[in-house]
Amino acid sequence: MDFGPFLFLATLEGLLQAAVLTLTALGLSLVFGVMRVVNVAHGEFYMLGAVTAWFVASLLSLHPAIGFGLALIISPLFVGLVALACERLILSRLNYNPDSTIVATIGMLYVIQQTVLLTYGPDARPVAAPFYYRIQFPWFGYSGYNLFVIAATAVVLAICWYILTKTRIGLIMRATQFDSETAQAFGIPIHRVYALVFAAGAMLAAIAAVLIVPIRQAHYLMGLDPLLLSFIVVIIGGLGSLRGTVVAALIIGLSDGIISVFFSPTLAKMISTLLVALVLVFKPEGLFGAKPR
Amino acid sequence: MRGQTHFFKAAGLHAAAILLLFGLQFVVPDYHHLVLTRVMVLAVFAMGYNLLFGYTGLLSLGHAMFFAAGLYGAGLTAFHLGWSVPAAFLAGIGCGFAASVVIGLISLRTTGVAFMIVTMMFAQVAYLASLYFTTYTRGEEGLVLPQAARRFDLFGAGFDLTNPTVRYNIALALLALTMLIVFAIVRGPIGRTLIAIRENEPRTLMLGYDTFRLKLTALIVSGTLSAMAGAAYALLFGYIGSSFASIQYSIETLLFTLLGGAGTVLGPLIGTLAMFYMIDIASEYTAAYLLVTGVMLILLVLFFPKGILGTIRERWMSWLP
Repeated sequence: MDFGPFLFLATLEGLLQAAVLTLTALGLSLVFGVMRVVNVAHGEFYMLGAVTAWFVASLLSLHPAIGFGLALIISPLFVGLVALACERLILSRLNYNPDSTIVATIGMLYVIQQTVLLTYGPDARPVAAPFYYRIQFPWFGYSGYNLFVIAATAVVLAICWYILTKTRIGLIMRATQFDSETAQAFGIPIHRVYALVFAAGAMLAAIAAVLIVPIRQAHYLMGLDPLLLSFIVVIIGGLGSLRGTVVAALIIGLSDGIISVFFSPTLAKMISTLLVALVLVFKPEGLFGAKPR
Repeated sequence: MRGQTHFFKAAGLHAAAILLLFGLQFVVPDYHHLVLTRVMVLAVFAMGYNLLFGYTGLLSLGHAMFFAAGLYGAGLTAFHLGWSVPAAFLAGIGCGFAASVVIGLISLRTTGVAFMIVTMMFAQVAYLASLYFTTYTRGEEGLVLPQAARRFDLFGAGFDLTNPTVRYNIALALLALTMLIVFAIVRGPIGRTLIAIRENEPRTLMLGYDTFRLKLTALIVSGTLSAMAGAAYALLFGYIGSSFASIQYSIETLLFTLLGGAGTVLGPLIGTLAMFYMIDIASEYTAAYLLVTGVMLILLVLFFPKGILGTIRERWMSWLP
């Protein structure tokens, strides 16, 4: 294959990566922005979404398309409930203290991961894609489902944008993010907002996982990579800035997809992690974020 | 006067702890003899961590990189360059010192949440590096030091690190040394200012203390002690591998410190001992023994944030350092 088509393929892979990353990182960014909680267990919500999708799709043994459709509804709801329980039972009792919540979410990470290991087992298992359609380019064929994932992500993002900017719930969320004490003084039940935001953040990760699980299999350790990548995205995009998150996810996803086609993935990860740590040290508001108030 | 009696009480208690550990080696069965040796080395790591987390109030999520700096600094020089045990041990400590100076200078520019994430990311880079340079480190599989690399002569006496008694007492000596260093620091004027930084950094700064330099000092001592534990671990047990640099190792030492009591000198030792046995027992029953780690983290932070010794100090023994 020539360089041009090769780069085209790498770009498609990068876009797929970017799509999933945008959703996952948006969840993390939402939780950090509104609640000021660093959710280390975010990757496990992603993993739980994929594993739940496998349970739904395989236990019901329906037509793949119906099974997948059901998983796309049930899995985020289930993950949202788990997250809601974590928030109510653990995080809210810690008064959202940064040190305590980070330790608690590390604990949640292990509890969720190991519980899945006990129930689901150590194997990686596939979920059938809802449809198989091969798009034939002049140089290579490409799975139509991958393009569907990219389109579906765009739709979910549009819905998120609409909710955040055009609805009353979005307004309340933004008010809480901007100044939680004043919001509370205006009668906004910020604890209910926190619970909702934490569940919504986890659900975004679960949606991303259900979309990707027909391409990459469900495994109990699959949460670590998305967690680190999401951290990278959220930091580059500016902690708590949603627009920055989307832009950064596109850049990171694309470059990660393209770089790992051409270079050793371990080296790529090393360099990007190092660069991001340095961004956090020397430009803590992120490359696209607004200056902190 | 009161301060002086408190000093003698505290010093006596710590000396008693060391004496107790010295005596234990003559009564415990072989298996627990080995476990105690490991616990003492890991307790050195946790005590170093505690100096930064418990006393200075800086939550690092990447201390495994300092442990690994010591581990690889000692293990690689012994394995590839054939350095003697004392030289390799010093090389490990030197690597840890260098790493903590560099990491400290960079990461201490951040505060709060950013500091936790930055340390975690640097540690992840270190872990990935240990995988990437697999030609020298053999990655996850690791290296086993040959028998010859674990013998040395010092002051005319020969030591064999494969001998359990020698190993136990070297670990004990390192533990005693670490305890002495931490005790001296936290009882001295530096310790008071570190605690002041933990309680209220802007105010400490306003009182005229150079808080950046103090925090850097705490991080360097903490990182170097952690590296000493790593170097000792490599030479005493003769194995080095990437898993010692992974995030899980950073979290475990945090857990040891939290359980025993952050901000107490003996707490990390008690925490390490209790948690090590808890994980050991759990792993007999299930492969998912990390579940215990997770549950303990959540329970501690929810219901028992001061840990064992922290609670004892609050209720009964206010003189504990």
